[in-house]
Amino acid sequence: MHDFLQQLINGLSIGAVYALIALGYTMVYGVLRLINFAHGDVYMVGAVIAYELAKRMYATQSPLWISMPILFAGAIAGCGALGFAIEFLCYRPLRHRPRLVALITAIGVSLLLENLFQNRLVFGATPRNLPELLTITPTLKLWVGSSAEPVIVTNLDLISFGLCIAMMAGLTWFVLRTRMGLALRAVSFRVDTASLMGINTNRVISMTFVLGSALAAVAGVVNALRYQQVDPLMGLIPGIKAFVAAVLGGIGSIPGALLGGLLMGLVETLLKGYLPAHYNSYSDAAAFVVLILILLVRPSGLLGKPSLEKV
Amino acid sequence: MPALRRKSVPVWTVNSAIVILIAALWPISSAFDKYMDNYVLDVLIRMGFAIILAVSLNLINGITGQFSLGHAGFMAIGAYTGGVLLKHYQNDLVGMILPVAFVGVTVLGGITAAMVGLVVGIPTLRLRGDYLAIATLGFGEIIRVVLNQIESIGSFEVGGSAGLHDIPHIANFFWSGAWAIVCVVVIARLVYSAKGKPFFAVREDEIAAGAMGIDTTNYKVAAFVIGAFFAGVAGVLSATLSGNLDPGDFNFVKSIEIVVMVVLGGSGSITGSILAAILLTYLPEQLRSFQDWRLVIYALLLIVMMLVRPEGLLGNRELWRVRRTRVASDAANRGLAV
Repeated sequence: MHDFLQQLINGLSIGAVYALIALGYTMVYGVLRLINFAHGDVYMVGAVIAYELAKRMYATQSPLWISMPILFAGAIAGCGALGFAIEFLCYRPLRHRPRLVALITAIGVSLLLENLFQNRLVFGATPRNLPELLTITPTLKLWVGSSAEPVIVTNLDLISFGLCIAMMAGLTWFVLRTRMGLALRAVSFRVDTASLMGINTNRVISMTFVLGSALAAVAGVVNALRYQQVDPLMGLIPGIKAFVAAVLGGIGSIPGALLGGLLMGLVETLLKGYLPAHYNSYSDAAAFVVLILILLVRPSGLLGKPSLEKV
Repeated sequence: MPALRRKSVPVWTVNSAIVILIAALWPISSAFDKYMDNYVLDVLIRMGFAIILAVSLNLINGITGQFSLGHAGFMAIGAYTGGVLLKHYQNDLVGMILPVAFVGVTVLGGITAAMVGLVVGIPTLRLRGDYLAIATLGFGEIIRVVLNQIESIGSFEVGGSAGLHDIPHIANFFWSGAWAIVCVVVIARLVYSAKGKPFFAVREDEIAAGAMGIDTTNYKVAAFVIGAFFAGVAGVLSATLSGNLDPGDFNFVKSIEIVVMVVLGGSGSITGSILAAILLTYLPEQLRSFQDWRLVIYALLLIVMMLVRPEGLLGNRELWRVRRTRVASDAANRGLAV
């Protein structure tokens, strides 16, 4: 029981990060019907920015209440700009081309970011260790039943889960309560018609990318703090898992991304916890098995609406 | 697309020309082994592999329009089937048995990959476009993860994450060239025959093709299985060229490299894939001094290509009829099929 609860806490903490990344996939898919392959790499860039800032913060011995906001703000600003640039330069010219052309371009952008950052002049291929800005300590200890060991909730678990919920709440408010959110919903319903209604679709799409990238940046910083290691390929697996999470929850659905992300986190930690260590790498494959099963059984995901095929 | 009809060359002359060409490769290959620089020969052999991979993926991605990102997975299946068998029996394969056995093992590697292709294809080909891409990517990765875990099957060594080493070196210019010719001929004959029209129909409009009575699933699976077969063949050949196998060689990046060849050459153009395969094997060798930037250049090439000429070098035309069908296919050439 104790072990299971501990796994649950860890799963939710990791799942919260997947949910943040999955939100970016889901929003972009919602407006453009494009799988933004480069999204996992935007998350990586967020972690790299966090690393660079953390190095300087550590050198100047800034207190935590200064360094943490700067870390997050820097990563959000950097990734937001990157997301905007990617959309403006690579996807916007292809808006009216077949979807596969945009998909291949997205793969290209992903490869470009990964390999650019692997270059020695930019970042280098070897993983770097983040200075220990935030010491991960147990903040909550819960004694469950007769177990002598408490279930531990660390400060990072709280940050990760708290940020995820806060971001979700903010996003929900934005989408449901603001004019821009209304425009976003209109564009995701149908781009052409939204444009006829006087909505500046280009601006809405740009904003979607900036928002999604900002969320990925937050996820990147959280995971950089968690694993205290940053490398140019770190976005690959979380990117794919978050994508699976988005599909699991129903791509295009914001609550679906949250649900899918948390479920993916739970699946991963439970598999890692209860499979022999030797089979650990199967948990990466499990993500794909989940994906293929959903696509076959319920392609619209848990919370998505089934779409009709139009000629 | 009456390419062969116009010339009205009897089929048997074409067939015998192909056989003679393959037979002629044998002495050429032994001459190359003797006199050619090893490095140049190695590049030439790898060009053959690239042609097999690109043309077979083109059948799936370009000609049938089913965007697959898992080609490296099928290549891995073939490579491991061949590598494991050849290593296990290497002491029994001597003299004249070797070439015969090698053909057998290569075909077996292809068939294994094709069977996996069938198992993977039947469920996933119900998906479309980007979902299919992700699902095939997933299968490719699952294959790699599983290979990473298997140390041995019975008395056959597989190697697991350490990789499989000391596989006998068999592949040479002859095997590479002969299989490349076989692959190109089989696929070109298939898709440019009357029986091959449905492949294009599925790409152009799946719903309309279905309405015309074409069993679209059947053709999609057929393309997938044939493509997987040749990917498996290329896998066996590449295993016996380097003598080493590592599950990491068959990752997502390898699949992307093959996709880039297909896209650059023109999705749907077999000759385009051949040109791109040759070009993209040759270029990296020239870029050795820019090793760090090689993949950056690849990625940029892909993006710029998509932005300025998404149909690739040749579009979906073939080299032998560029002029004749330009007008007719321009409409179809505006982009890839969805």
